[in-house]
Amino acid sequence: MPEGYSSDEMMIVAAARRLRADAFCFVGIGLPSAAANLARRTHAPDCVLIYESGPIGAKPSVLPLSIGDGELAETADTVVPLPEIFAYWLQAGRIDVGFLGAAQIDRFGNINTTVIGEYEHPTVRLPGAGGAPEIAASAREVLVLLRQTPRTFVKQLDFLTSAGFLEGGDARKKLRMRGAGPTVVISDLGILAPESGTNELVLTTLHPGVTRETARAATGWDLKVAVNLLREPPPSSVELTALRAMQPAA
Amino acid sequence: MTEMVTLREAVASLVRDGEIVALEGFTHLIPFAAGHEIARQSRRELTLIRMTPDVIYDQLIGIGAAKKLVFSWAGNPGVGSLHRFRDAVENGWPRPLEIEEHSHAGIATRYVAGAAGLPFGVLRGYIGTDLPKHTASIATITCPFTAEELTAVPAIRPDVAIIHAQQADRRGNVLLWGIVGVQKEAVLAASRTIVTVEEIVDRLEPRPYSVVLPSRVVNAVACVPGGAHPSYADGYSRRDNSFYRRWDDIARDRGVFTSWMQRHVLGTRDFVEYRTSLDRVSA
Repeated sequence: MPEGYSSDEMMIVAAARRLRADAFCFVGIGLPSAAANLARRTHAPDCVLIYESGPIGAKPSVLPLSIGDGELAETADTVVPLPEIFAYWLQAGRIDVGFLGAAQIDRFGNINTTVIGEYEHPTVRLPGAGGAPEIAASAREVLVLLRQTPRTFVKQLDFLTSAGFLEGGDARKKLRMRGAGPTVVISDLGILAPESGTNELVLTTLHPGVTRETARAATGWDLKVAVNLLREPPPSSVELTALRAMQPAA
Repeated sequence: MTEMVTLREAVASLVRDGEIVALEGFTHLIPFAAGHEIARQSRRELTLIRMTPDVIYDQLIGIGAAKKLVFSWAGNPGVGSLHRFRDAVENGWPRPLEIEEHSHAGIATRYVAGAAGLPFGVLRGYIGTDLPKHTASIATITCPFTAEELTAVPAIRPDVAIIHAQQADRRGNVLLWGIVGVQKEAVLAASRTIVTVEEIVDRLEPRPYSVVLPSRVVNAVACVPGGAHPSYADGYSRRDNSFYRRWDDIARDRGVFTSWMQRHVLGTRDFVEYRTSLDRVSA
């Protein structure tokens, strides 16, 4: 087992492991892009990474800073105009997995990337929706990555930017959303998944060295814990080496 | 016919105070030189449209050129906040900024409708989100064939669209390639169009993933090599990611931002002088 890895690296590795080998995957920039590219460099060489700027089948050697870095287009199978990415590929239901980040998440996997505070008079104005609302609705399933603190795992979102399971139960189905919603939420402390029926997020897995008390204390609601709580294996040296090799030079 | 002009002449004759202006280019081919020229010529009361406002609109918002922003993702990609945008929304500095906020899919649909001469576009969008509560230009519509409830968004019709492209020929036909974003739609939706290019060539050669805009839909072409910096032009330059990182410190503070704009943009004559003044700082 490799000594010394960060909690962010653990989160990225855990997310990468959950990407199916043949997934057609719509990737957000930052942590999701790191996880998706790690998957492509390890167990999922044939997964197809799609960036909202237009590249389909991007194969960057270095993690891109922006959603439209040159290497994404240069290495892609094709590059399509922006309206096509959203209409023909996402909306038409061709995306297996959407990989999203968030500033806040609630117990039903709804996410906020718009404001902290009131919309009209925000304390912190965040970047906003980008591609996320339609990814959250139309991708067959959604993986969410974010660090877990009482400020990010909140009882009440300040703004619902992208829908998870809304108020729970079959609320998504009532609105005829096509995708299954956030099937996995990966944090720096562990992994959550929606409980059958209620679709409330339940802690199913802890990362190495993390206690259930730590995870519950880092959650702004009374976090349910699975009866059979699992332990995620630490990053392997292969995973860590691959992840670190993709970091851009300073 | 297309006029082959300087960027100063193009902005002077085609961009007016109070107009709806779209400077498009999704991360790639952002028309920074044109944005700077709008700043130099002190255009005011603009309604600015861009999917990703990026540093270019952070600059225009920070000097008070915009009264309204239509957008879908206002961050510094991979870095963090657009501090001038945030200061305008959170504190009304240097003036209050009205916002009209959409998703990427929604704005793309709006441009497509504008290009097609339709009053609105349709998508499966914004389902279950809070955006329709705050954005009046999001409505529901029932499909007349299936009765499915869908989302309608109005066409975007800018007074002026401005883009940066790799090449134009001498008649004003424009060629861009790589990540082409929504530039074709923005140009076809607009009443007037300015294109800055890396170079003017005798003959346009086919390229992968390219778009050709016929001279008929291009009012003015200005040759501004490097005119997308710190964004880039595939085949000519790389994205200046270190500039985007540095912008975080420059834009964080009102005073630092204001003197930076004065020194490098407002106090320079054109894009060549801007690049020279930046090189002097990093030398």
